[in-house]
Parts: sequence; structure tokens; C-alpha cells
Amino acid sequence: MTATTAPAAPRGLTSRGPVNPWVRFLARRLFRFAASLLGLMVMAFVLIQLIPGDPARNSLGITASAQSVAQRRVELGLDKSLLDQFGHFVGGVFTGDLGTSFNLGLPVSEIIGQRWAETARLAVLAFLLAVVVAVPLGAAIAAATSGGRRRFLDMAFTSVTGLAYSIPGFLLAVGLSYVFAVRMKLLPIAGTDTVSGYVLPVIALAVGPAAALARIVRLETLRVLGEDFVRTARSKRLPTLRVFLRHVIPNTLTPTLSMGGLMLGGLLAGTILVETIFVLPGLGSTLTQSVTTKDYPMVQALVLVTGGAVLLINLVVDMLIAVADPRSTILEG
Amino acid sequence: MTRRRLPAFLRTPLGISGAAGVAVLAVIAVVAPILFEDQATTGKVADAQLPPSAEYWLGTDSLGRDVFARVLVATRLSLELSLAATALCVVAGVVIGVLPVVLGRRLGRLVTAVVDFAVAFPGLLLALFLIVIFGAGSSGAVLAVGLSGAPFFARLTHTLASGIAQRDYIAASRMLRVGPVRLLVRHFLPNVAEPIVLNATIIFASVLQAFAALSFLGLGVQPPSYDWGQLFNEGLARIYVNPGQALGAAAAIVFAGLSFSALGEALSHAAGRRSGQGRRKTESAATAVSPAAERDEFAETSARLRVSGLRVEVLPEGTAESFEAVREVSFEIEAGESVGIVGESGSGKSLTASAIAGLLPTGAYATAGRIDFGGRDLRPLTVSQRAKALGTSISMVFQDPMTALNPSMRVGAQLAEVVQVHEGADRKSAMARAVGRLGQVRIPAPARRARQFPHEMSGGMRQRAVIGIGVMGSPQLIIADEPTTALDVTVQRQVLDLLEQVRADNDASLMLISHDLGVVAQRCQRALVMYGGTIVEELTTDMLRETAAHPYTRALLDCVPEVMSEPGGHLVTIPGTPPEPSAMSEGCPFAARCVSADDRCRSERPRLEAQGRAGHRVACWYPQVMVKADTLVGPGGGGA
Repeated sequence: MTATTAPAAPRGLTSRGPVNPWVRFLARRLFRFAASLLGLMVMAFVLIQLIPGDPARNSLGITASAQSVAQRRVELGLDKSLLDQFGHFVGGVFTGDLGTSFNLGLPVSEIIGQRWAETARLAVLAFLLAVVVAVPLGAAIAAATSGGRRRFLDMAFTSVTGLAYSIPGFLLAVGLSYVFAVRMKLLPIAGTDTVSGYVLPVIALAVGPAAALARIVRLETLRVLGEDFVRTARSKRLPTLRVFLRHVIPNTLTPTLSMGGLMLGGLLAGTILVETIFVLPGLGSTLTQSVTTKDYPMVQALVLVTGGAVLLINLVVDMLIAVADPRSTILEG
Repeated sequence: MTRRRLPAFLRTPLGISGAAGVAVLAVIAVVAPILFEDQATTGKVADAQLPPSAEYWLGTDSLGRDVFARVLVATRLSLELSLAATALCVVAGVVIGVLPVVLGRRLGRLVTAVVDFAVAFPGLLLALFLIVIFGAGSSGAVLAVGLSGAPFFARLTHTLASGIAQRDYIAASRMLRVGPVRLLVRHFLPNVAEPIVLNATIIFASVLQAFAALSFLGLGVQPPSYDWGQLFNEGLARIYVNPGQALGAAAAIVFAGLSFSALGEALSHAAGRRSGQGRRKTESAATAVSPAAERDEFAETSARLRVSGLRVEVLPEGTAESFEAVREVSFEIEAGESVGIVGESGSGKSLTASAIAGLLPTGAYATAGRIDFGGRDLRPLTVSQRAKALGTSISMVFQDPMTALNPSMRVGAQLAEVVQVHEGADRKSAMARAVGRLGQVRIPAPARRARQFPHEMSGGMRQRAVIGIGVMGSPQLIIADEPTTALDVTVQRQVLDLLEQVRADNDASLMLISHDLGVVAQRCQRALVMYGGTIVEELTTDMLRETAAHPYTRALLDCVPEVMSEPGGHLVTIPGTPPEPSAMSEGCPFAARCVSADDRCRSERPRLEAQGRAGHRVACWYPQVMVKADTLVGPGGGGA
């Protein structure tokens, strides 16, 4: 994805034959998505194969009896040939049978079914918060400091976002919960039984991505402000606000969307830490526990689900960019 | 050591603080384990769980060990492990990144596809996945963190390498059948080294944080070893009893992260500046008051636009000194008149037009003079005052139709918004008028075109749409800045015809800016010739051929084949180059290129003064008065 929107050849859309460029674009993107999903499945599958030594022995520990190790080998399907194992695995993915969690003794799909909503809610809320704060902030700072004016404001913005971006999310989460929950007792320490329980986790998740996004939006806005068409808009003597809303902001959308897609994927990863700290029953804390306790079927399934979610987000973002800026995206294919 | 010898990145507060922070960390990493090992590893059980005190700055842990000492000692392990992971990340990334070059097309594509696939996933997710394979613990975490960053570096290396692969000398080496390994070592690696090192510094901070996160989750460093993340994890369990350990470890992680990212950012800024992309901003210059601005020439006059004593100063980005790009420019445009402004690039013609329209680019300021339009001086007005005073009465048609239209807005809407804003027209009637205007500027099927985006139109079509925007309101003055430069010759003609037609239809004045005297001679009633930021000659176009008196105008005439219309005549160019606007001398700006220049021309600037015929003014000490047309030959051309 390029940040620049170089003017593409205007006739390229029609000169490539009868196939609608949208159809070609969609087909290509969907193919890529399917290939990536296949790659993800292979990745989740080989996870078990790549574990050095005997995964069954690993997961049970050195004190386990030979009998229970043998039984677990059967559970994991390790007694069959590699091809059989893969066939069984892929079949399982399509029928929703992802195995049974070692820890909880429940079908993995059932656990994920119960817990995915928590993670999705956190990630989406944090994403919305980050966008709502970062986009107007970045654009406003760009408008106020373009052409080297108000250097102090510029420096303050750069330092604050730099600081916010450099503090790891898990430290921020602990810091926030210490100040607001432990000390001031304003908000709950853990759990999301009430709405207020979401406040701290969502803020902890959103701060870093918001800082990064605000920086991108500022840079993009500054770039667009220097474009000829903004001068055209000014020559129409439109009110400054209208110039911004109609002519500047829409043209910063493509890079903002690309960044937003990366951000949402990153937020999914961020939930791993934040859920662990705030003891929230989502996929993130489940992943941490499963990795720590070597609950391999659970890890496999979580890799598939989270990875699949990331791929799906990327696909949706690509589509959105294509709609927002058909010129650059579709022609690049 | 002089200031000049300091590396560029150390000259900014960011670079200094980053470098200082990293230096402090390095010293602690080396010294702390030697000095504080004892306090950090052995404690008195009697002193367990003490709060912070003068003896124990951050208190003690459950075994009575000094937490502050432990945080300091942990610096070494934290940095070592992050360094190892970063090194692994860079090495693995570079190897994977150059693989496509070495492996040939098929396998190379596969590698690229795998890298693209892996890059899509957030680093922490990959790291957790890899931890499952490598197992929890220091070495497992180094492998996991290092390899999870490798796809990013592989992509970076690949991008850099493909950029280099397209350069000519690589193609030449290929032709000489230089082997791939030699290509790599001799050509690729030296060229990618700098950006790789730079990015390694930048991601060191995130590697450090990722490591802290893994240790915090209990998947990284295992007790009895300890790094900051592990200390934080331990401290968190006792945060209610004694927050010292959690706070100390957290502070260390944040401090290290900030120091390294500040250093990385400063380094990349310095690298960017070296390659000429850096931006420095400067204070704005003092404004000069021109004597002409004091003179009140604003008597009753029929002129629609009257510019007097206009000066424009430009402050280029990255410099502290401004220069005058337009000086003492005065002229008038009558109602319904077409006036051409001719000059080479850098002559100040576009800046003059922009100043009149109130659209000076960033860093350019109209510092003196008056711009009287409709009985009001426009120069001191703010954007909103201008909008109120002018409405749509001055419109501008821009040079490059490819960039002058908003790519994300339908063309019709870009026209319609003019009347929506200024006349309060509703969307429907505004759109109907926009379609009408598009038809007026001879865009076929205007209703369909209005719904298109600019990228769906050809260059000529777009330029017509730009003109359509210019005449959407009710302009009294249309300023067209090189409206045909970006178009091919056949379209140029149509566009100029169109401009003349819309000017006549709207009973507007036209100010046509061009570098082409031929175009101005054909299309305008009067011409203003600009050179070096001033008007050097002003005359009607019908007297151009016979009466032009300034040597520069004469030279321009020699460059115009149509005007000369001399069969067999040579196309003449003006020897020399226009002066740098920033390095203007005291004398006549054209002196350096003028065949008849003498000492007076080089030391004293001629003023624009009336010549023999009405409406003819020239700024030259030795105007070439009344020369016969057939003797007008350029310095290099022979007579017919």
C-alpha cells in the first residue's frame, strides 16, 4: 500500500479489455485471502510438528506415566501419518471440530465461541476511541502548524505522541489500574460486569495506536495541504472548515485506512496483554494461559482464529481503500 | 571539538537526550552487575518486604533483596537479550530479504509471498506462536522475538534490494555475468547497510518492549534470572504491599524504550536531511515598506484591477533568509480587457498572480504595495474577509489539470459547491448549474461527466472542468496561470478559444500568464513582460513587433517563430540563464544577459517609464527605439 496517491493513467480503467476492473480486483483479493488462510492452516498444523521432542510428553511433563503420554499421542493424532493428520486437521477446521482443550476438557470451539465476543468488543471499542481522538487531533495540529507556524505546538504534539507511543500497553494498563482503580478507587480493577469495567482496558489499548495514528494523520494532512487541488478549493473562497472537510480530509483517507487496518490487527494482539492484566475472559488471556500451560489444541485453534481475524481485517480494509480511492488501488491490482 | 564536527543527529534536543539516555543505560549495564551484584542477589530475611527507605530506595522483595539494585543489575540482561533478539531479527531478515535475488524468479516469488503473509500478523502474535515451538525461557524468547521481527526486515531488505536491482550498474554487472553472490556482496549489501542499521536502532526499542512483555507474561526470562519484565511481573503481585518494584521496573522499561526510540528517530531525521528530505523551519522575515505603497495612486479610475508597488518576499523552507521574488510591480487591468503576463520561470509572474488572488504558497508573503479591486485594497485582508469581499468575483484557472482537481470528489460537485457556498443555492439547482457550465466549457455529455471523478477524464477534459470552476460564479477577473502548458498543442488552442469565449460571455477581464509571448500576442490586448521579479516592459500587443523596446522583450520575440514568421529564420534562444531570484544585483536584472549592457546597467536599476506611444512603458537605460522589423535578428541568426 503506498502512501502517495500518484496520478494514475486515466484511461487504464477501460483499456484492459472487457473484464470489469472491480471483478478482477475482487477475484484477486479473494484468491489472496484464500491462499493466506491456507497458509495459516498449514502454520497452525505444523506448530505441533515443530515442537522439539515429543509434544505429548512436553505437555504432560516429565512426571506423567508412559500410558497417559501414549493416550495423549492418540488424542493429538500423532500416531497417524503426517498426511492423515493434516487431512484430519483441515477437515476439523471446516466442521468446526478443533479438538479438546487439555486444560478445560471442553471442545476448543465451544471455549472460543464463549470468549471471542469479549476480545472483539475490546478491540473495536479501542479502535473507535483511537480513531475518534486521533483523526481530528492530527488534522487540527496539521492545520495549525502548516508552513512552519506555531513550532511550539508542533513540538508539543510530537513529544506527547512520541511518549504515548513509547509506553508499552501493558505498563500503561498496570499504571492506569494502579492510579484509578487501586488508589482512587474510581473504576473497577478487573472484570467487565459493568460498563465502567471497560474504561481502563479500552484506554490502555487505545493510547499507543491513537498516538501513532495521529502522527500519520498529521503528516498526511500536511501533504494534502500542499496539493494543487487544495489551492483550487481555496480559489473558490470556501470557508476553511469546508476546505478541510470536503477537500483535505477525504484525501487523507487511504493511508489512514491502511494504518487503521494495521492498528486493528495490532489491537487484537494488544488484547493478549490487557486481558491478562485486567483478568478478562477473552481470547487474549486464553492464549496466554494456553501457551504457558502447553494446551496445544487450544493454541492451534487460537492461532487460526486470531490469524484469520487479522487476514479478514486486511481484506476488508483493502476493499474499503478500493472504494475510497479506486484509482490507485484497483489499477495496481 | 567544534559544533560543526558533531554528528547531525546530536544537534537536536531529541538526539542529545536519546544519545545521553542510551549512554547512561550502557554504563549501568556494564557497571551495575559489578557493583551491586551482592545487594541484588543476597538479602537478609529480616529485611524482607520493606517499604522504600534511605537504605533501600525502592524497598526490598520477599527475600529481603534490594529492589533498586536488582533493577540496575537487570539492565545488563535486559539489554543483552534485546540486542541478541535484534541481531537475530536483522540477520534473519536480511538473509530472507535477499533470497529472492539469489534464488531466481520462481523460488524468489515464493519467499516473497511467505514474507508478505507473515508481515500481515502483529509481532506479538507471531512471538507467542514461536514461543510454543521454542519453549518459554530466555533463549526461546530471543528466538521468538527475533524471528517475529524478521519478516518486517525481510520486506525492508527486499524493497531496498529491488530498488538497487533496477539501477543501471546492476544491469551492467549482470551483462558481464557477475555471479549472484558477488552481486550481493559488492553491490547490494553496501547500499542497504545504512537503512538497515537505522531501522535496527528504531526497532530495538520495540524489541525491548516485546521482551519485557514476554517476561511479564512469564514466557521470557525465568527465575532465578531476572530482567525488567520479570521484575515487573514479580512486583505486580505485590503492588498493593509495595509498589516500588513494579514502579522501578516499569520506569526502567519506559526510560530505555524512550531513549532508544529518541535516538533512532534522531538518526533517521539526520539521514533524511542528508538525502535532502529534511525540513527546517525558520522565522519569518521582517517586512519592508515600499515608497510606492505610501503614494496614494487610488484616484478615480475605470481600472478594474490596480496593482501598485507590490512586493512579494519568499522564505524558502530550510533557509533563514528571505528574498524578494516580486518587487515594485504596478499595473492596471481595465474591465473586459485581456492582459498577458509573460516571463520565464522565476520571473515572478505566477507569484504576482497568486498575490492578487490571495493564494500565495506557504512561505511567500505580499509585504508591500496595494492590490485594489472593486474599490478596496485586498492585500491586508484575511482569508474570510477576502471571501466576503470578493465572493466569486476573482477566479483562478490553474496550470496543471492533472492535480488541480480533487481526486476524491465528483467533478460536478466541485463546480456546484461554488454557488452552494457563495449564493446559498441548494444542491439540486447548484448541480443543474454545474452541468450547464460544463456544457458551456464544451464538455460533451455534461450531465454524465458531472458524475465522474477526475481520474475518469482526459487532461483536456479536466482543464475544461478547471475553467468551468473558474466561471462557475460570476467572475469579473479571471486569472489563468499557464492554463495550456500541460496540454498538447491541438487542445491548447481549444482551451485558449474557450477562455476567450467565457471571458466575453461573463464580461470579465482576463489575466493570462504564460511563458509564451506568441500566445499572449495572439490572445491579449496588452502584454506585461516580467523579468527578475519586475515588469521590464508594458505595451499593447499590436505594437509588440514594431515597438518593443526592451532587449529582453526583443529577445523573447526572437524566440517566437509565429511572430517572426520569417521563412528560413532560425529559432533563437536567449544566451545565459535567468538570475537566481535570491541573488539579485543592484542593477538591471537583465544586465548579465544583455548584449548592450554597460556599467550603468550593472549598478543602477532602471525604472519603468513611459515611452513614446501611449500605453508603452519600459524599464531600460537603452531602449531599442523604433527599430525596423526586418533588421530584428537575434545574436545568432542571419538576415533573410
